[in-house]
Amino acid sequence: MNTRRFLLAAMLLCAASAVPAQTIDPARSSVSATFKQMGVPVEGKFKKVGGQVGYDPANPTAAQAKVDVDVASFDLGDAQYNHEVQQKDWFDGARFPAASFVSSSVKAVGAGRLEVGGKLTIKGRSVSVNVPLSVRNDAGTTLFEGSVPIRRLAFAIGEGEWKDTALLADEVIVKFRLVVAAAK
Amino acid sequence: MTVVGYTRTAKSLHWLVAVLIIANLGLGLTMVDMPGITPTKLRYFNWHKWVGVTIFGLVVLRIVWRLAHRPPALPDSMPRWERRAAAVSHAALYVLMFALPLSGYFYSLAAGFPVVYLGLLPLPVLIEPDPALKETLVTLHHVLAWAMMALLLVHVAAALKHRFVDRDAVLQRMLWRLER
Repeated sequence: MNTRRFLLAAMLLCAASAVPAQTIDPARSSVSATFKQMGVPVEGKFKKVGGQVGYDPANPTAAQAKVDVDVASFDLGDAQYNHEVQQKDWFDGARFPAASFVSSSVKAVGAGRLEVGGKLTIKGRSVSVNVPLSVRNDAGTTLFEGSVPIRRLAFAIGEGEWKDTALLADEVIVKFRLVVAAAK
Repeated sequence: MTVVGYTRTAKSLHWLVAVLIIANLGLGLTMVDMPGITPTKLRYFNWHKWVGVTIFGLVVLRIVWRLAHRPPALPDSMPRWERRAAAVSHAALYVLMFALPLSGYFYSLAAGFPVVYLGLLPLPVLIEPDPALKETLVTLHHVLAWAMMALLLVHVAAALKHRFVDRDAVLQRMLWRLER
């Protein structure tokens, strides 16, 4: 009786407790944003990415993630453009230096595939997004890769004259690759 | 005196390309002087590329047409050095009409911006972004543009000289209403 009670309690505790979080390896992780400017695809990369991922392959739906992106590290490959995108009409990096994604639900949608629901916050505006991604193990690390289309205007990225979507499409594809140490 | 002119196709291509070249030189000079990054500046850059691609396509047509149709003869009154100068400067114009758009196209690619014609048709990405090459190509593009402006002035000055100094029919060959 005692033993059964103990086991039950232990199982409940396990299910309830979060999977231990691992720190995202910034050197091997990347987040980029691709947008279209009068039909021309332009990709910018966030050079500084961090955060925590708790992921147990035995219990994928219990996974949790918080991804932080340093907005000032956005690199379009041109100093003048990099300066421009930090201005008030764009990221307003001085007021909103960080963008983040915080997961709230995880669904397993196939072998090595997850759909992670959560809140994406950029420039102080939060939008719920569903992010499809793939998970795989690679030499002692776990690798999460995926991409998600977002609407820049929902985050007030490109205000004033820049709202014109014929000049700059509303849709932006955010691509990411996050690497954490594999759970033991 | 009857003047044998260029074919209608040759005239049309010549004047269409002339208008586009002058427009694109003006657009190019304007946009590079615009400070900062503005929607208008981005539009001008894209239009400049589209016009450049259009010129390139039309120049290909011109060369094909020119190879298939002999241009009308120059008047016998023209001295030998003038015929020489005309041949050389026309050849140089053709070289520039090719080299100017090509240098701009590769500059755009080296800068990491593929060219999407009219915002609809993605054109081939033939080289990877390359910051060092980008610097070389932008200098080349500017040098070629100034060479084009200089040569255009010579071209127009020569045409006017034929019309108003020599009073021969060289310019009329490229006009629609052939005068007697």
